[in-house]
Amino acid sequence: MAEDPMGPTPEAGTGARGAHPGRMRVRHRLSTRIWHALNALTLLVMLMSGLMIFNAHPRLYWGEYGANFDAPWFKISSARQGAREFGFVQIGNARLETSGVLGYWHDPDGVVQRHAFPWWSTLPSTYSLALARIWHLAFAWVLSLALALYLVWSLINGHLRRDIHITRREWHWRALWHDVTEHARLRFPKGEAALRYSVLQKLAYASVLFVLLPLMIATGLAMSPGTDAWAPLLTEVLGGRQSARSVHFLCAFGLVGFFLVHMAMVLLSGPINQVRGMITGRFRITEEAGA
Amino acid sequence: MSRIVRPHAPLVTRRALIRGGALAAGGLALSGCDGLVRDPDVTGILGKAEDLHRVSQRTLGGGALAREYTRLDLSPVFRANGSRSVADAAYRRQLAEGFAGWHLRVEGLVARPLDLSLAALRDLPQRSQITRHDCVEGWSAIGQWQGPQLGSVLRLAGLADAARYIVFHCADLYHGRPYYESIDLADAFHPQTILAWQMNGAPLKEAHGAPLRLRVERQLGYKQAKFVTRIVAVSSLEGIHGGKGGFWEDLGDYAWYAGI
Repeated sequence: MAEDPMGPTPEAGTGARGAHPGRMRVRHRLSTRIWHALNALTLLVMLMSGLMIFNAHPRLYWGEYGANFDAPWFKISSARQGAREFGFVQIGNARLETSGVLGYWHDPDGVVQRHAFPWWSTLPSTYSLALARIWHLAFAWVLSLALALYLVWSLINGHLRRDIHITRREWHWRALWHDVTEHARLRFPKGEAALRYSVLQKLAYASVLFVLLPLMIATGLAMSPGTDAWAPLLTEVLGGRQSARSVHFLCAFGLVGFFLVHMAMVLLSGPINQVRGMITGRFRITEEAGA
Repeated sequence: MSRIVRPHAPLVTRRALIRGGALAAGGLALSGCDGLVRDPDVTGILGKAEDLHRVSQRTLGGGALAREYTRLDLSPVFRANGSRSVADAAYRRQLAEGFAGWHLRVEGLVARPLDLSLAALRDLPQRSQITRHDCVEGWSAIGQWQGPQLGSVLRLAGLADAARYIVFHCADLYHGRPYYESIDLADAFHPQTILAWQMNGAPLKEAHGAPLRLRVERQLGYKQAKFVTRIVAVSSLEGIHGGKGGFWEDLGDYAWYAGI
């Protein structure tokens, strides 16, 4: 990867088409672009097959054991009140009705289903724990190996040091607060600054790379009875197999949360330029008005 | 080319377009994606990851023991799953008689086929272990199991060199089909692989597979065959029921190696 994201491309600026003045620069390295595309597909498969696996036992517990006779801290189910049936999510003792989406919904043929997550969110779309496991456990290898390769490569080519590493100056609360207010006002960096990640971006990407994705893999492995035999510390540190399953589920929704914010930011900060930047690497930078 | 579409009589309303588009997208997702997701060629290739799981876990783990717990860790109620009772008339009679005339048949690629009574199994050296039972669905329960190691029974029968797998035939029908399971020799001779006749200090209840069930720790619940009546040493799983080595493996594409 000889590409330098801070350096100009040979054809920079030549594509200026009147209405959109600005210079074309390289935004994302090839390794980042390849991993991003592969990882996006992998995470989609992992999430949808994971939701199907959750449907097999839509309850979460803390500790080593947990089954139907034990108290879950989280469950998705359906219940009947008189003639009316409804779906609900229960966290602790609090219940939220979710008919139509979770616990009680209609499939495309109009048939009532009482599985936790609905057909459009799962892989496959009709109940199959076996097929969901085949997809989930095969793509788990893709997720783990691609993440490991990407992290090693990003260490070698300086991506982590140059782009993700949060400098001491950036850790200052004033700098953090400044970035928060800039984001809240939807004021995104212009010019050369647009080529660098802001401190909030760095925090978000670092927590995905070093916290959420590694925790997904660790908690996934901790649920395996085979792995638990030779690496018991993993399950013990997490507080038991059912705790590991709970953390696995929470981290998955942490990633969903990241995805939603990520999409919102792409849409708000110039989606065509951002998407082109992630697909081709080429990113148009514009100067501040009047500059 | 000369056709004029009057603006006040649209052929397609915007609402219909949106609804049609959403339906088409949903339909595509359902038919196109689901076609791929369920394609036997695709799942056949993805299912090969099972070999990666087996080889990597055996390489990294070797003969590691599953974690064992104390009596304080026992599940208050151990959920019984799969067949909770057996309809077979001979089984009902044996259950009523306390399995006095019951015996376990050990045959196949062995030097000495055996018929072992419950008393004979109790007289063999016993192993007691408190382990966690992990269902493929995601739930877990901790229970205490006791019985002879499968290894001592197999040594008693004298395994032939050609034997590669141990098949467990069960007394129950599940969804109308006979339940069975199989493991390879690495698991068969693992110290924690026992033929349990006792659970939580009492003889096995019917719901948990009386009078005898397999405990092959380090694998998921569906491998823990209940109501075991016949153990057969074989060189290949082909030709046994669906040929994939177990009830769930034959019926629903579940992995034969269930360590993950």
